[in-house]
Amino acid sequence: MVDGWDVLILVIKALAIFIIVPVAPLVFVLAERKILGRIQSRIGPNRVGPWGLLQTLADGIKLGAKEDFIPPAGDRVVFWLAPLFMVVPAAMAWAVIPIGPEVEIGRKIGLWVTDLNVAILYILALGSVAVYGPVMAGWSSNSKYALFGSLRSTAQVISYEITMGVAVLGVLVYTGSFSLVDIVEKQKDMWFAIPQVIGLFVFLVSGIAETNRAPFDLPEAETEIVAGYHVEYSGMRFAMFFLAEYANMFLVSALAVILFFGGWHGWTIPGIEGLTSVLWFMLKTLALMFVYFWLRATLPRLRYDQLMAFCWKFLLPLGIVNLLITAVLRLGWS
Amino acid sequence: MTDQIVAFTYLSIVASVAGLATILVRSPVHSALSLVVVVFHVAGMFVLLGNGFLAAVQVIVYAGAIVVLFLFTMMLLDLRRHETERTVHRRQIWLAIPIAVLLFAEVAWIAISKPEISENLKGAFPPQTIDELGGSAQALATVMFTDYLLPFEVASVLLLAAAIGAMVLARNPDEESLASPPDMIEDAAGTDGSSDQPEGELSETPATHG
Amino acid sequence: MPAYVGVVILALLGFAFCAGSLVGAWLLRPRRPVGAKLDPYESGVPPIGDAKGRHVVRFYLVAMLFVVFDVELVFLYPWAVHYAEQGVFSDRLFLFGEMLVFVAILLVAYAYAFKKGVFEWNRGD
Repeated sequence: MVDGWDVLILVIKALAIFIIVPVAPLVFVLAERKILGRIQSRIGPNRVGPWGLLQTLADGIKLGAKEDFIPPAGDRVVFWLAPLFMVVPAAMAWAVIPIGPEVEIGRKIGLWVTDLNVAILYILALGSVAVYGPVMAGWSSNSKYALFGSLRSTAQVISYEITMGVAVLGVLVYTGSFSLVDIVEKQKDMWFAIPQVIGLFVFLVSGIAETNRAPFDLPEAETEIVAGYHVEYSGMRFAMFFLAEYANMFLVSALAVILFFGGWHGWTIPGIEGLTSVLWFMLKTLALMFVYFWLRATLPRLRYDQLMAFCWKFLLPLGIVNLLITAVLRLGWS
Repeated sequence: MTDQIVAFTYLSIVASVAGLATILVRSPVHSALSLVVVVFHVAGMFVLLGNGFLAAVQVIVYAGAIVVLFLFTMMLLDLRRHETERTVHRRQIWLAIPIAVLLFAEVAWIAISKPEISENLKGAFPPQTIDELGGSAQALATVMFTDYLLPFEVASVLLLAAAIGAMVLARNPDEESLASPPDMIEDAAGTDGSSDQPEGELSETPATHG
Repeated sequence: MPAYVGVVILALLGFAFCAGSLVGAWLLRPRRPVGAKLDPYESGVPPIGDAKGRHVVRFYLVAMLFVVFDVELVFLYPWAVHYAEQGVFSDRLFLFGEMLVFVAILLVAYAYAFKKGVFEWNRGD
């Protein structure tokens, strides 16, 4: 039965996981700038706070205190709503992400807000809603750069959504469940990264493209269309786009860990299994975040025709072949 | 039970208001966004009915694909003229009003008569069976790939027809290839883009350079 | 349904966060909406015309193909979980065949799009 404690625990868990949304950019923007600096033989931010640790916080306060105007020729309501359509789905997706196993603290507590039996579809649904941010922002700005960025972003995100779904199908053939907790449990003995190595590749590439990150950051290609769909945004509203981008990157990394890298599984220290499991999950996710930054420092931006051709001509067939191979391999399994 | 009624009341009121907004608002983009609100609240109702799979599919297909297609088309076309005038589809009205009255009467009749849902009306999948199968998606799969195998495959043919139809419609009849647009990157950089063209001109592409 | 309470809580937190940060910024920020900063940004030159207009039809085709493949995926999700849970080999083979037919029909659309150059964004114009 549901008692007061259950409600309290649920609220605490929701608050704890929600913290990721505003904190992720604070941490990762700094980490990204430091890592990019190191890769390019620079120092990176080093003035605000010890070792420049407070740089992003200062930037955030600066953005919050900046003038924030709405283009008079645009559509006020849609312009106003667009950042909300970015941030709220980014926050909601975290509801089903399990960051650790079930632990015993007085009572059994699962280290996830909720374990839906359609969790992976829920995340894909929210991912498909995330496309509204660019669409609304680009359309309501009444700016050519914004509109082009928005068209590019939308076409890119919807194309790579297909390949991401195909990559997930390969995992589903192994798990037989949409629940992320079940998917992690099934990887106790073997990570799906091993049998699903093609699926992993398709998923990661799609994830990078879905979050509009380098080398697929054409919607914001500053040398072509300035900043893309959010070129007319300033102040806090711009900060919200930024926030959603980093929260989504972290989400894609976490999802890749859950689907392919065994989630929280790893060697545990007896007595504190729960804590070590969470640490494993975080370590794996942070490693994938590092890959994001690494790619940005290493790879040049694709051309738009290359980007679309890569998705439709290479990644989609590859994903379907992966699904067929997986299905054939599983045919003889009982 | 009461919290379900509260949730249902909220969902139905918002869905109805947003549904009205969808057909009454002038701007096509506002109309499409109202439709998204409707889709989300209807998905909430599917959750209330215990079908999370249908809710997810509702959002993925309608909010994530169909309305995006609408919005995309609106962005690609110049729709300013349609925002200022109120279009009345006179021929549609003669069909729409009787159908609306009929639908309303039907719903009202069900609401007034309150038919008792008997055990055999509930079908082969009571909530308990669905839980045993692991969820509504699994329950759906067990019938879809056996009893409804033919509709499942026919759906694929339908999708094929839709895809090919769209490609045929988008073709420029004078040319072999698609209505050829200027290069995207060039277009983004160019200043002689679409906006200089006189309104209402029926040219196929925004600019003929390149 | 109780499982979805957490979803609702996170949605509310998301909205509350947006509202809080927007109100906070509204209190902090200056308001001087004058001059050229209200114009849309066009690399420093005065904007020419309006942003709305007709655009490349290919974007529409991509969106249409996306809808088709998205619906296909929606059919395949239950197929995948159902397939994973089959114990008997013949059931499995049958399901595999069903999927193969379903995907093969859609691959015709894919091949047609490929041949018609829907995925060629830089066809010489």
